[in-house]
Amino acid sequence: MEAEAHIAARKNRMSVLARCKAGRLQELWDGLGLSPVHRTLRGPESGLVMLRGRVGGTGEAFNLGEATVTRASVKLEDGSVGHAMALGRDGAKARLSAIIDALCQNLETAVLIDAEMIAPMRAELERADETRRQQTAATRVDFFTMVRGED
Amino acid sequence: MYVAVKGGEAAIDNAHRLLADRRRGDRSVPALTLDQIAEQLALGVDRVMSEGSLYDRRLAALAIKQARGDLIEAIFLVRAYRTTLPRFGCSEPVDTSAMMVERRISACYKDLPGGQLLGPTFDYTHRLLDEELDGDAEVEPGHQRADAHEPVSRIADILGGEGLIEEDLEQSPLEEPGDINQTPMEFPLSRAMRLQSLSRGDEGFLLALGYSTQRGYARSHPFAGEIRIGEVEVEVFSPELGFAVPVGRVQLTECQMVNQFKGSAKAAPQFTRGYGLVFGQSERKAMAMALCDRALRAEELGEDIVAPPQDQEFVISHCDNVQATGFVEHLKLPHYVDFQAELGLVRAMRAEHAERQAESLPDMKEAAE
Repeated sequence: MEAEAHIAARKNRMSVLARCKAGRLQELWDGLGLSPVHRTLRGPESGLVMLRGRVGGTGEAFNLGEATVTRASVKLEDGSVGHAMALGRDGAKARLSAIIDALCQNLETAVLIDAEMIAPMRAELERADETRRQQTAATRVDFFTMVRGED
Repeated sequence: MYVAVKGGEAAIDNAHRLLADRRRGDRSVPALTLDQIAEQLALGVDRVMSEGSLYDRRLAALAIKQARGDLIEAIFLVRAYRTTLPRFGCSEPVDTSAMMVERRISACYKDLPGGQLLGPTFDYTHRLLDEELDGDAEVEPGHQRADAHEPVSRIADILGGEGLIEEDLEQSPLEEPGDINQTPMEFPLSRAMRLQSLSRGDEGFLLALGYSTQRGYARSHPFAGEIRIGEVEVEVFSPELGFAVPVGRVQLTECQMVNQFKGSAKAAPQFTRGYGLVFGQSERKAMAMALCDRALRAEELGEDIVAPPQDQEFVISHCDNVQATGFVEHLKLPHYVDFQAELGLVRAMRAEHAERQAESLPDMKEAAE
């Protein structure tokens, strides 16, 4: 149960890190003033993933086309390993995301990072989503029935 | 036949330098930035991503700039770039029902859960040129409406409840879908491989074929069951971590075409479906793809193959505009030896023809006298 919660928290963090703007991530990171000693295990390297869809939306999988992704893995002095992968070709962002993932293997640091970085970025992403949702909602068709006069 | 021809290096270098010059154009006009292309020519960028078969807005914008706006050339550039990158793996199949919808319409049901959401559409515009865009007038942001968020259900779920439409059930998860990038094409192709091919196929070609099915070549009587545009989450399974890692979102356009019936002695008649799914915002392409997908299912659905859109070898072999442009444009390469051979042949034929004429000429003279 605890492991599942840990994975869910890690996935949530990764989702925010993958979607956030590099500049914003760097800004919040600089604000924390952490500079952990780390060793690069892999990357940052750019490559492709094949994106898959499903036939008819729900059927068997098919290959839709590729997307660029960048990944990185790092190891901290205490042995924690962090991984990151995100769409696009931003190596610096992937490396920083991997460092953050590694730091969050320590629960105390994770609490700090979640509060100071992940939560504000998530709130910003959600606000942007909500704006788009409301803009879309404004284009919803409200049908009304024409009442014909007596004939 | 091509022969090695020496010479022309200086001409080629100068031609490319001239191309760079013309591409830049009048230096007193500011150069386009990639952000401008990605933001303001977004649908052109989407087409390059979709037919280049590579989701990367910035690369597609770069390709458009380099190709001077020639989208097929830009698609070619993107396809070539793709081959320089290693493949890290495959994503989990995206869940389009969980899409963050920016547009969703159905021509089958007026009131369906989630409603008709027009989104940023050209539909209902009057197609009058807007002189205002010749300047840089301030543009207002879209209106907002704070609605209770209603989930946007699928058309198939509505009709599927009564068994009125065929369902696409998940096959064995162990079975890997074929990949046209990694296996040579052998016909007949699975539907999965056809969809991959159609998704990166040329919009114009698929549009024309789809149109032909409406005009009676492979009549399949379609309804736009549902079109949705929006972003979906992408997850990639990580062997190091043992779970699927979210890597961000991509924008897709999905079209569910609802077509006429299939039934048998055992099974009651039900609607059939054609499916379209493409990168970015491109409902014309997604609709054309769905029409072609449905037409290509002729054999599976026991229909007679009577028209080109039903012939998978015809459709799939010719829908790729990079292949097509390569073969058409290769005609520009030196064919000097081929041509010399044909020249010799036509001369010989003309000599024979002249000889025959000369032989028959005296007879004709006699006849006239």
